[in-house]
Amino acid sequence: MPASERSDKRMTCRFAILTLFAALVAAIPARAQQQALPVTEIAPGVFVHVGAIAQMTQENEGAIANVGFVIGNHAVAVIDTGGSVREGQKLLAAIRKRTDKPVRYVINTHGHPDHVFGNAAFLGNETIFIGHKNLPQALNTRGPFYLDAFRKIMGDTLIDEVRIVPPIRLVDGILKLDLGGRTLVLHAWPAAHSDSDLTVLDETSKILFAGDLVFIDHIPVMDGNIRGWLRMMDELSKEPAERVVPGHGPVSQWPTALADERRYLETLAADVKALTVKGAPIKAAADTAAASERSRWQLFDDYNARNATAAFSEIEWE
Amino acid sequence: MSHLRLLCLLTLFAAALGAQTSRAAEPVDPWPGLVQDIFNNRAINDGSNVLAIEMPYRAEDAAIVPVTLRSKLSPDDNRHLKAITLVIDQNPAPMAAKFEIGPDARVSEISTRVRVNSYTNVHAVAELSDGQLYMVKTYVKASGGCSAPATKNVEEARNRLGQMKYRQFARADDGPTNGPREAQIMIGHPNNSGLQMDQVTHLYVPAFFIDELHLWQDDSPILSMEGGISISEDPNIRFTYVPNGAKTFRAEAKDTSGHIFQKEWKVDASGS
Repeated sequence: MPASERSDKRMTCRFAILTLFAALVAAIPARAQQQALPVTEIAPGVFVHVGAIAQMTQENEGAIANVGFVIGNHAVAVIDTGGSVREGQKLLAAIRKRTDKPVRYVINTHGHPDHVFGNAAFLGNETIFIGHKNLPQALNTRGPFYLDAFRKIMGDTLIDEVRIVPPIRLVDGILKLDLGGRTLVLHAWPAAHSDSDLTVLDETSKILFAGDLVFIDHIPVMDGNIRGWLRMMDELSKEPAERVVPGHGPVSQWPTALADERRYLETLAADVKALTVKGAPIKAAADTAAASERSRWQLFDDYNARNATAAFSEIEWE
Repeated sequence: MSHLRLLCLLTLFAAALGAQTSRAAEPVDPWPGLVQDIFNNRAINDGSNVLAIEMPYRAEDAAIVPVTLRSKLSPDDNRHLKAITLVIDQNPAPMAAKFEIGPDARVSEISTRVRVNSYTNVHAVAELSDGQLYMVKTYVKASGGCSAPATKNVEEARNRLGQMKYRQFARADDGPTNGPREAQIMIGHPNNSGLQMDQVTHLYVPAFFIDELHLWQDDSPILSMEGGISISEDPNIRFTYVPNGAKTFRAEAKDTSGHIFQKEWKVDASGS
């Protein structure tokens, strides 16, 4: 091949790339200049974005859960990826502003959309997705429904990008991850908030990422087993942490951060139990259980009736 | 040349991204088609004087939405309920259940729980002893948040398979001793939809649900249900009927894998 022809080809190629770039910029301007998600360094190398206490919407791009990352000497671990690929990309941009180290691990604390819809932003390279041993099944049965439901709420643009990315490495019991100079301890729990709850303890900073096993200010949401959740709280409170990053709500002292949630779940369980003993129908639980907690929580009316319904269908078998 | 081909492909891809075609078409009302499929296009009368359907306006938990069907026939009406079919229009399997009522059981109310996948009309169609169909409907908004019409606790669902509980509720103090009574049957079963695809094998998980349930007082049928995957996990039927003085209450359920679950209780015993 003569040199001039080769150079022509190279020019064509360069032109092609430029045209493509221009087309992509025109098509999706938001992605070309990715903003970084605002994060706070709560301890050296430990960063958290505290989500809005709200439902997922198009306007908030699903950014309602707390997401974070931990930087070790040779790797970064991401803990939850947010409620849209857009949020996941912004989280990645926040990481890249602080370190060039590879994102070796993406850990999902459970399978709810506000925690996993950003996974696709981290696909590729050497990233290993990690979750509870039950997480693949939870994503499998719920994933298609979540995509459908949230398409209606958040719109095509945000949801078209979302991929259900199941974990490759599964946790049954305890798994330790070495990030270089710091170790994360992952703990898979029996059914509580959901049936795929996983916590992440950073031994260096003594910060516990609790996922939705801990709610603060945001009413707890029960999508697993209420008795199991109350039982495991005693065990969970023994995690050797000083502070907790809840799934929703501010970073707080450990284990005192559990007190409000425990009171809510105990009240709900007791009220529901009284209704089942009395022979009341399930609807009565939705209408009356845990009413005394109403003023203490945000989003109470969005989730309490649902928690009561789920708790009733569990406790009526006792 | 390969670069050029790549360019073409990528430009097309970019154009497709740019186009962002909207999919917001008005959904088609499935009800006329359902009338054809389920009721063989029979004429359906207004049922507002025959029965009532009660559901919450919003499905709080997509997996457990209570529904109550109540007869509005007056005691001196010479027609009686023969069957009620419950249809959740927008669900993957819209026909949730067909309840057939024992000829002498005088069932006046049935409550159960269903899955609701989407914003939907829910129809209840009664067949009376006059051979006519009567319809009422309600509308349910889908739940928000992370609730899904799926199992919450896979291990517990597995452990509970086949457990049955019967409960007879206390009679109201002022009710006549031979008047209507309320009872409930619960069957532990995951009632899997079979609509989930395994992400690894890309095969559908087989459906596994209770498709038949029969309830008797002694040998007289009270109620039977032909059920589908829209019935919630751990099927739960609460009903009001008039006891015939029978000593036993008997339940038999069959699932799609051919398991038979059966149990018998003394009528006055409460709980299992």
